[in-house]
Amino acid sequence: MTLKDVKDILEAEVLVGRDQLEKSVKTAFAADLMSDVLAFAKPDSLLLTGLTNPQVVRTADILDITAIIMVRGKKPSEETIKLAEELKIPILSTRYILFETSGRLHARGITGCIEKVGGEL
Amino acid sequence: MPESLKFEKSFDVEGGSFQNAGNVSGQIKSILKDMGVSTDIVRRVAIVCYESEINIVSYAKKGRITLAVTDEAVKIETKDEGPGIPDIELAMKEGYSTATAAVREMGFGAGMGLANMKKYSDHLIITSEVGVGTCVQMTVMNFQKLLHPDLPPVTL
Repeated sequence: MTLKDVKDILEAEVLVGRDQLEKSVKTAFAADLMSDVLAFAKPDSLLLTGLTNPQVVRTADILDITAIIMVRGKKPSEETIKLAEELKIPILSTRYILFETSGRLHARGITGCIEKVGGEL
Repeated sequence: MPESLKFEKSFDVEGGSFQNAGNVSGQIKSILKDMGVSTDIVRRVAIVCYESEINIVSYAKKGRITLAVTDEAVKIETKDEGPGIPDIELAMKEGYSTATAAVREMGFGAGMGLANMKKYSDHLIITSEVGVGTCVQMTVMNFQKLLHPDLPPVTL
């Protein structure tokens, strides 16, 4: 689905990247711990998180994340927006909680980056 | 392997500067991308570099990250002037952390950093002296072909 579809499903507000809504995504990862995102997220995915600091954008950039979805109505700081604009990483904000956000996207066909962690980590 | 060294550059990292944490890793990622290094290797280097940078910002007064690219590997070396790690084996344990609230607020400090650095590098050496600082050397090997032979010169 496209980011525009994601926006509609989550009734989200696009804070950064209004010109990138045609980008398509198939997978997502949800966490508030950036080290877990670094450990498990895959490129070209959505990052669902409740964190709003610039490190979320940095992490997304390092991993080639397609877009950041801030859940629970969280709004990023000025610095976060500035960095996201600079690095061209879209940020959407939804009022749904993380569980609902994940469930709504999964029901429409977005799957997890990985299903579960392996034994050899 | 200095004879096959293609590129080397060092970057200063300021301790406690949470706002800029990740800046150097972003720059290193761009450099490698521009050099035509394969996506998988760029990604692994970026992850280990970012975790190291977060560590310097979180714990040290200051530090330096050096990127070295050869045909065989990409190496990241970090040296910091920080408190040092008294028990490296313990620090390597997933979940062990001495992070402050400020570090945790950034989404780090859950004791995953060194584990991630080990997971995404092929070779990791940590040496540390309490009260002096810590040095981390990480190597991401290029098992296929690291650089395109017809690379344009790197411009920075």
